[in-house]
Amino acid sequence: MTTENEVVVHAHRDDVGARMGMWLFLLSEFLLFGGLFLMYSIYRFNHQHDFHIAAEGMNIFLGTANTLILLTSSLTMALAITAMQKGNKILSLVLQIVTFLFGLAFLVNKFFEWRAEFREGNYPGSPLLTAKPSGQILYYGLYYTMVGLHGVHVIVGMTIIAFMIRFTIKGIINKDDYVKLENAGLYWHLVDIIWIFLFPLFYLIT
Amino acid sequence: MDDNKTSHIKHTPGYGIYILVWLALVTLTALTATVAGISFGKFSIAVALVIAMIKSYLVLSEFMHLKFEMKAFRIFVLVAILFFLLLIVLLFQNYSYY
Repeated sequence: MTTENEVVVHAHRDDVGARMGMWLFLLSEFLLFGGLFLMYSIYRFNHQHDFHIAAEGMNIFLGTANTLILLTSSLTMALAITAMQKGNKILSLVLQIVTFLFGLAFLVNKFFEWRAEFREGNYPGSPLLTAKPSGQILYYGLYYTMVGLHGVHVIVGMTIIAFMIRFTIKGIINKDDYVKLENAGLYWHLVDIIWIFLFPLFYLIT
Repeated sequence: MDDNKTSHIKHTPGYGIYILVWLALVTLTALTATVAGISFGKFSIAVALVIAMIKSYLVLSEFMHLKFEMKAFRIFVLVAILFFLLLIVLLFQNYSYY
């Protein structure tokens, strides 16, 4: 009996279940950021004028560039999965590496953007910032928290993709078994969706 | 288990559809960035959010394969979004009286 059960357990592979688990995790991520979005909306509601002034100091060019980078990285990730489904291992590998590099480009952009803010003196707790009206302090607080947490997610996503590249090289991810790559893709697309909302809320609406 | 395997093979879309979706996403980004310069007054937040929602829908259904998944997946996501909207409504119910 027990040996029979064990055999069944080892042979069993549930790709739908694996993806469902990933989706449930993504929904918990959605609520993590959802709470922050709620906080943003209430503070914006209470400090409309201060948020307006603070948002005008944002670099729309870098924000738009980063949006395009993340959208394109989502495309390369989706294509990497299709390439794997079609059995084109090399193309899938190249596309995964490109996705990783887009993630890196996003972070480099972010680095320059934050460095410029810090040089202006707009870093959390700086004398310049703490002297501003409370609404603007809140805006920058939310900006650094939400964009920072998103940046952490980009780093995590890149780490996951790095593992996927390794798995693809080793053949653990292959034409018949690529649910790991699919789940990595789901995570990466979620990071993209969060940015799709962060971008208008912090850069565009002034 | 057989179901899982066939459900994979059934929906192997070509590369073309993803490039089309990407083009739509880039166009919407250009639109929202351009429109941000025009003042719609109170509507500018609504316009930006509606465009963001359209973009999210495209990513969810196409890139994240939600349109190929079992119905349960779509129900999960809808329920989560519904509860989040409920949270926003209840929160602003509280605050709009101040």
